[in-house]
Amino acid sequence: MRTVTAAAAVLVLALLPVAAPWLQFVLTLAIAKGFAALGVAVLLRAGLISIGHAMFYAASAYGVAFLARAGVNDLGLLLILSVLGGALVGAVAGLFLVRYRAIFFAMLNLAVSMVFYALCAKLYGVTGGTDGMPVPVPAVFGVVLGEPAFKSVLFYLSLGLMVLIGLAVQRYLNSPLGHALAAVHTNEIRLEYLGIPVWAVLLIAYVISAALAGLGGAIAGFAIGRVVPDFAFWTASGHLVLIAVLGGIGGVPGAFIGALFLELLHSAAVTVTDSWNLIVGVTLIIVIMFMPQGVYGLLARKEAASL
Amino acid sequence: MLNAVIPLLLDSLASAALIFFAAVGLTLVFSVLRVLNVAHGSLYSIGGYVAASICLFIASRQLNPYWSFLALLFSAVCVAAIFGPLIERGLIRWTYGKSEAVQILITFGLFLILEDLQRVIFGVQSFYEDAPMRLLGTTSIGGVVYLNYQILLIGMAFLIVIGLRLLINHTRLGRLITAVVTDREMAQSIGIDTNRIFILAFSLGVFLAALGGALATPTSGIAPGLGADTMVLAFAVAAIGGLGQIEGAALASLIVGLARVLAIYLAPSLDAVAPYAAMLVVLLIRPYGLFGSVAARRI
Repeated sequence: MRTVTAAAAVLVLALLPVAAPWLQFVLTLAIAKGFAALGVAVLLRAGLISIGHAMFYAASAYGVAFLARAGVNDLGLLLILSVLGGALVGAVAGLFLVRYRAIFFAMLNLAVSMVFYALCAKLYGVTGGTDGMPVPVPAVFGVVLGEPAFKSVLFYLSLGLMVLIGLAVQRYLNSPLGHALAAVHTNEIRLEYLGIPVWAVLLIAYVISAALAGLGGAIAGFAIGRVVPDFAFWTASGHLVLIAVLGGIGGVPGAFIGALFLELLHSAAVTVTDSWNLIVGVTLIIVIMFMPQGVYGLLARKEAASL
Repeated sequence: MLNAVIPLLLDSLASAALIFFAAVGLTLVFSVLRVLNVAHGSLYSIGGYVAASICLFIASRQLNPYWSFLALLFSAVCVAAIFGPLIERGLIRWTYGKSEAVQILITFGLFLILEDLQRVIFGVQSFYEDAPMRLLGTTSIGGVVYLNYQILLIGMAFLIVIGLRLLINHTRLGRLITAVVTDREMAQSIGIDTNRIFILAFSLGVFLAALGGALATPTSGIAPGLGADTMVLAFAVAAIGGLGQIEGAALASLIVGLARVLAIYLAPSLDAVAPYAAMLVVLLIRPYGLFGSVAARRI
């Protein structure tokens, strides 16, 4: 039954841009943010909040821009290399960060991402400062496409990746390694006594979550056609946390449901008001106070997890 | 040699004073409420905006400019009286006893709200009102000209450290706070009204944040985004000193101030990175900060 529901949802998503072409960009961006929020949600399972994951989102997007500048011009290669780049940044940061918990983890992630943001904005010669860097339209398996055709390819590729990587992450979360995350949240010392190295469990989760955020950033870079330091700004990280919490951290679909909901709300809200952060803040507080299991928790009560 | 060192030290002290104002409220609130208020930086910048607005009003009415010193203090008291009880009663008290993840997310939501409210109310242009600074004039020390206002800031920072220590060690309220910090349940069971202590301690933290913002505005102006920068800097300082340690925050401010000034002298582009580099080094060696301990956190 759930497989049918999920397949129907993906089918509707695939057909929506045919009916309303302007939705294609919004949906591509929503899937991109969904990947990043999924990364945040993986860490939330262990009770760790990262208010700095936009850093990996931006790191991969910059990776795409740098590789494109260096002459790499293939969509697949660019995606794979930039996600590996994001994961590498995650491994380096994670080595230091997974030693910390709770407040320290949250704020150190924030601090590291602020340093990254400051460097991106200040090193004008390398990153183009606040003007950012262009992301050109790459070739797809050697075929050079026009921009509209490429955007369609990007959308359906993102949709396909959402299903494939979503399933892979689901497998990971249901594996012993994934269950160990929830155990870290419940009782870390007990886990150590069982002979499971908490440090390694968390580092693997951190690298996976950085890679997911990186994939989202790379897709967003392609969809927007430009990377700017604001990709890494703290408000972007805050939105990722909100998406994860809003959708619910109980399962993989939660992050994507949250991202779709928020992106559609955003498209509607910008026509009315520019106080978007205000709406985000109020929503965040309401969701945490009154529905800690998120939207997905309402749909699938059994496996729902809350903060 | 000495001629080079003295300006460096004075610059560091002045920088440290401003950093200390940003951090002390955060660490005080954490020690009593055990909640890290992520919206602390916003309260700092609100203090700055209110002070700048009042000072501009004084200037526009051509009142005696010395009123602006009173305005700095008055704006901090106003912000604390309005936002302190409102935020503690309205929002933060619901998070007592919940996981730290929930506390961080709730105050982060508040932070987003306050940042946007400031943008709506005060606009996106930067404020710059330096009447209090110009009034005090300058002093020449060893051939280098200093603003008297900077020296006033250093004095204020020392006053606040001593004042807080006196408040906590030698007044009834301070003893009650110490009791709540040491053992919240026991304090409650012997009849201490912990809710009142929480409101007072949180409002005191808001007052210190707003005062910091108000005092900083004449020297550095105020612009959107200040809240976020201040929050991260304040956390860096509080973490270096040990969360909840007031003297720790003072020492950490000195370290960060010195690191920042050295960065400006030696490698100006690294100015913004210096505080975090200092934090990373300290936390790698002592994960709970200089004065912090794993088991017990005291004021």
